Amino acid sequence: MSEQLDAGMIAEQIAESDQLSRPTDAREIGRARRRKEDARLVTGRTTWTDNIQLPGMLYVAFLRSPMAHARITRVDTSAARTRPGVVAVYSGQDFADEQGSLPCAWPVTEDIVIPDHPPMAVNEVRYAGEAVACVVATDRYKAADALEAIEVDYEPLEAVVDMTEALTEGSPKVHESGNKAFTWKFAGGDIDAAFRDAPVVIDRTYVQQRLIPSAMEPRAVVATTDGETFTLYSATQIPHVLRVMLALTTGIPEHRLRVIAPDVGGGFGSKLQVTAEEVLGLLITRRLGKPVKWTESRSEGNLTVHHGRDQLQRISIAAERDGRIRGVRVDLLADMGAYLMLVTPGIPILGAFMYNGIYKMDAYDFTCTGVFTTKMPTDAYRGAGRPEATFAIERAVDELAHELGIDPIEVRRRNWITHEEFPYTTICGLTYDSGNYEAATDKALALFGYDKLRAEQADRRDRRDPVQLGIGVSTFTEMCGLAPSRVLGSLSYGAGGWEHSSVRMLPTGKVEVITGTSPHGQGHETAWSQIVADTLGVPFDDVSVLHGDTSISHKGMDTYGSRSLVVGGIAVLQACEKVKDKARQLAAHMLEASADDIEFAGGSFNVRGTGSGKTIQELALATFAAHDLPDGFEPGLDADATFDPDNFSFPHGTHLCAIEVDTETGESKIRSYVAVDDVGSVVNPLIVEGQVHGGIAQGIAQALFEEAVYDSEGNMLTTTMADYLIPSASDLPDFTTDRTETPATSNPLGVKGVGEAGTIASTPAVVNAIVDALRPYGVHDVRMPCTPERVWRTVAEAGETAWAGPPSAGDTTAWVGPTAAGDTTAWVGPTAAEGTESEGGDR
Amino acid sequence: MPRITITVDGITYQEDVEPRLLLVHLLRDRLGKTGTPIGCDTGNCGACTVMLDGVSVKSCSVLAVQSDESDVVTIEGLARGNEWHPMQKAFHEEHALQCGYCTPGMIMAAIDLLRDDPDPSEETVREGLEGNLCRCTGYCNIVRAVRRGAREMSQRSAGERAEQEVPTP
Repeated sequence: MSEQLDAGMIAEQIAESDQLSRPTDAREIGRARRRKEDARLVTGRTTWTDNIQLPGMLYVAFLRSPMAHARITRVDTSAARTRPGVVAVYSGQDFADEQGSLPCAWPVTEDIVIPDHPPMAVNEVRYAGEAVACVVATDRYKAADALEAIEVDYEPLEAVVDMTEALTEGSPKVHESGNKAFTWKFAGGDIDAAFRDAPVVIDRTYVQQRLIPSAMEPRAVVATTDGETFTLYSATQIPHVLRVMLALTTGIPEHRLRVIAPDVGGGFGSKLQVTAEEVLGLLITRRLGKPVKWTESRSEGNLTVHHGRDQLQRISIAAERDGRIRGVRVDLLADMGAYLMLVTPGIPILGAFMYNGIYKMDAYDFTCTGVFTTKMPTDAYRGAGRPEATFAIERAVDELAHELGIDPIEVRRRNWITHEEFPYTTICGLTYDSGNYEAATDKALALFGYDKLRAEQADRRDRRDPVQLGIGVSTFTEMCGLAPSRVLGSLSYGAGGWEHSSVRMLPTGKVEVITGTSPHGQGHETAWSQIVADTLGVPFDDVSVLHGDTSISHKGMDTYGSRSLVVGGIAVLQACEKVKDKARQLAAHMLEASADDIEFAGGSFNVRGTGSGKTIQELALATFAAHDLPDGFEPGLDADATFDPDNFSFPHGTHLCAIEVDTETGESKIRSYVAVDDVGSVVNPLIVEGQVHGGIAQGIAQALFEEAVYDSEGNMLTTTMADYLIPSASDLPDFTTDRTETPATSNPLGVKGVGEAGTIASTPAVVNAIVDALRPYGVHDVRMPCTPERVWRTVAEAGETAWAGPPSAGDTTAWVGPTAAGDTTAWVGPTAAEGTESEGGDR
Repeated sequence: MPRITITVDGITYQEDVEPRLLLVHLLRDRLGKTGTPIGCDTGNCGACTVMLDGVSVKSCSVLAVQSDESDVVTIEGLARGNEWHPMQKAFHEEHALQCGYCTPGMIMAAIDLLRDDPDPSEETVREGLEGNLCRCTGYCNIVRAVRRGAREMSQRSAGERAEQEVPTP
């Protein structure tokens, strides 16, 4: 005899089988939860893109230009086609009609030059490493072998690797239209008044060297089709944006294209891209009807993963004698490389809003010129524009302090926005919602032992110790949590900044969360589970988070710019709230009470003042059975939410670095590093700390180790990890990190974002410390990376002069060079040339 | 094409390999051991570190033919059934990974460095892991994890010794 299906009975059965678990009392948000993600990662059960094997899969290898700039006069693929295992060989010409142009989605000005950017070069190559042809073969070794049989005739053209040279008249042209991509201007207040008769003017030029993001996982692409639909697996940060862009680029209809970002081994901005290999993977699978895979080698990646930074920054501060800042003027050259990739021109523009740092001032003026050179394009790299800006202002403020003979911390105190002044609208037009620079700085100073270290420094200076001690400070804020969409629109950004989430209760009371964010190490599965557990009152382990597959997570804006928690996490929270509202209605119906009388606590909806209630799991099961629902109630406890905040978020912090510099060998050793960050409220302190650690390491790496070096012919000299020096464990110290918590007011969780903070703050802290160590030698700057050789040379060139005291203000008051009209051809001052032709290899 | 015999995570395989085939490609592409990833092609990053006859090697720098008659342990062979190795546990407990791409190699290198020093100092760990690069963690938590894993491994082996010493009734 069959029993009638009854929700209560099923619930009992499930409860007996221990499926229907009960919530715990502990709050999940704020708890240092170990990560869910770790299980597959520590046991090797991951799904990196290169792990994917499909039946009949073929392998793609690219032939890349050995020259920085050349005309392609002939490509002969016939011999390669006859090699063993070769299925097809294509040149750029073979795809000329269908490969389209790689997109640039951030045309920052109306008159910006966006050159055509074919995924495989057709007539001309403009950087070393640009793809010229490709082989498709039955295994990766055979594909690589056959590359050697492709014949390409190049007619060499002159390379131009230096931005100032590129802007000089008569310089080789990267594109017919010239080497200037755009000039973008931005101003607030009366800058001329600020500089007129200013008692002190600091005028400096800094080189932001070119960096290679170097995610540990090289890029990889798997493309496949059943003839109707297409699936692209890619090691990408942006599956959703990628799908839209690929549909537009390849003509594959969007609804027949599925993009999957499986486990992704780090990004740091470098996988925020629409790449040639992704486009070509789809085109090749469309032609051959077979699955194809391409996996990058590291040396290929160093040449062709977009690079970061590469700016020449001229910054000028006008100030009073007491150190108060009147105004800041910035004139920037930004190296675009040979083409504009997805958001290339927008990177320096993101920085434009941050050159005023945490300081109050009357006027600000910013000009940026985007310059084409025959190098790999630049684009987003951890912090994207904001580390560069923070570096310039924090270095220049130190110079101001030195000039005036005031402690660098004190100069900052005299200028920063005080806690009482928030919300504060800056001269750049941003409204910083909350912050407490005093608290973070005081805490950092106490942890660091500032006074004691200063005393030791004085002693070493007195003794003329060959090992000098330097102390560097960096105070910073950043704008993160991109959104708001309408602000991005006003900056000509090609997409919105909202984020989406779906939350669905399953019949057994478990929860699936779909998020539009696409993590690659940030721990979203854990943090989102914590948000859901608290909001729905379900156990943490009962939540699973689905992401990175456009057929599951159908809309999203992906993960970059520390936006995931601040935008995506709030979308999760809001979807949970909707689910709860729906559950409340059902509870009221089942308990025969008014919805207003239903209280929610610990995962249960109870009638106020009575003992009766329903758990959210019981309600989920009741909607599955759907035997007794209120009129018009749609079965299922699920909801979607899309969040678009009305402001950015503004994490801030104070970082302090003590460094020992051996003036005889040039070697620098970080003695202690203290970071106090304020990222607002914290969902998972463990994850926050990890993100800060990693960020600091990457910022230190820019200060001391890393640089992508090209010679004057445009050949890259740092193609491997032996030449491009990523710091190892023995190169870095243990970091002391702590927090203050000033909640954001622009979102209901009060969170601010943390992914980029460490990187933004640490680079200037370290370089300030090195320069501080070398002040007695008359040193006022060391170009990054501050390698032993460069430090040694700087000291040697400065000579053994004794501490000279502040130089006279007169030297630096005159602003030389272009300030208006964007005439950057008359750029005066140090060029980027120093170091671009040598010095890649010392550690 | 040379034929080799190789034991990987307890299973013995006979494989015909091209002389130039790298051990890491044999593991990943032929034997399905994709837990070992490749991070560079120059032996610098250490992501592909495995144990070859009990010693850690970078499997991108070993030819498959060189591993003939040898015993390889990869990250997939480290756990005992569902029980993680203490070092795997320690990495989880100390939040010593983010994207996790370097983690298999890092764990292998960590276990190997304990052969020389079962209770390493922070400095020893930092030097011992010099050949394994991580881009996410800044190494602080990795160093903590290795030292924690070391403590737990010595406790475990002490426990195992004690167990062995218990006379059978």
